Amino acid sequence: MSRQPTRDYALALGDDALLMAQRLGEWIASAPQIEEDIALGNLALDQLGQARTLLSYAGSLSDPVRTEDDLAYLRDAADFRNVLLVERPWGAGADGGPDFGVAMARLLVLSTYQCRLYDGLCASTDATIAAIAAKAVKEVDYHRDHATRWVVRLGDGTDESHGRMQAALESEWPYVEELFDGSFVDPTLIDAGVAMHPSTLRPAVLGQVADVLSEATLLVPDDAPVAAGGRRGQHTDHLTELLADMQGLARTHPGVSW
Amino acid sequence: MNDRREWPLWEVFVRSRRGLNHVHVGSLHAPDAEMALRNARDVYTRRQEGVSLWVVPAAAITASSPDEKDAFFEPAGDKIYRHPTFYDVPDGVDHL
Repeated sequence: MSRQPTRDYALALGDDALLMAQRLGEWIASAPQIEEDIALGNLALDQLGQARTLLSYAGSLSDPVRTEDDLAYLRDAADFRNVLLVERPWGAGADGGPDFGVAMARLLVLSTYQCRLYDGLCASTDATIAAIAAKAVKEVDYHRDHATRWVVRLGDGTDESHGRMQAALESEWPYVEELFDGSFVDPTLIDAGVAMHPSTLRPAVLGQVADVLSEATLLVPDDAPVAAGGRRGQHTDHLTELLADMQGLARTHPGVSW
Repeated sequence: MNDRREWPLWEVFVRSRRGLNHVHVGSLHAPDAEMALRNARDVYTRRQEGVSLWVVPAAAITASSPDEKDAFFEPAGDKIYRHPTFYDVPDGVDHL
């Protein structure tokens, strides 16, 4: 079997984790409390760790071989394969800073999806993917727990926190459906048991999210999904801005180590 | 902003290994006990410091006062007979 389909699959999952890590890192020193700064910093490092292993694997299957740093720092936006959900900024909260409700809504959706995904991939016939998934599933399970507790507290909190949490959820909802679009996965990978078809995760993920929203007295939004092409390299300008920040040092000083 | 400052304080206790006691490691703010436990996990056990955590509302702790230090602790200072080493063990007693 060609290495290209597995490479592309690992790249897409790795890009999701990389950009989630970068965005989560923006919360350090901006979260509601220093305890939450540390918590989100920990989650960011978990996602970064997953990104490193996935991108290293994708790089090893590339021709010519690329390193994790090559893939993270020297690709243009059009070469990234992440979903749009993770590349967008955190919105604007009441004080003009990033919106914590948006962060928890996005974390809830992404981590619930990643839990199901990695749980399934523990049985991947590709030993490397199975090993990466086995380590990651425990990490994202905690991310899901963290997001769940905050969404329940904010949703079932004061009138103001309820309203802002519902609005945050609605801002993320149009980007949820792209997680389940499996058109980027080569069918041979599914047949060979290497990859999971994302659409098979949909009922469990949306069901679990709906349970949390119900406990939080929030409504499942009915906002229509956007036509998203992140898996094909069609990104928003937000990704370009994020990459300028994330890649600036590595591109300005090629080969630099820090 | 005011609401954030009203988050209560929690004292954190970590058991580093099975068989050892929980030891006080510090404190943190959290809106409730469940979040306090999770914040404690993130703040105090991120370098594998522990296998078990307790969080206790700081307000639930009754502490001795520094003003009472002399009355509380000094009288024990000259009661050396309270230490087992004070007593001579008679010959022929193997296990005491």
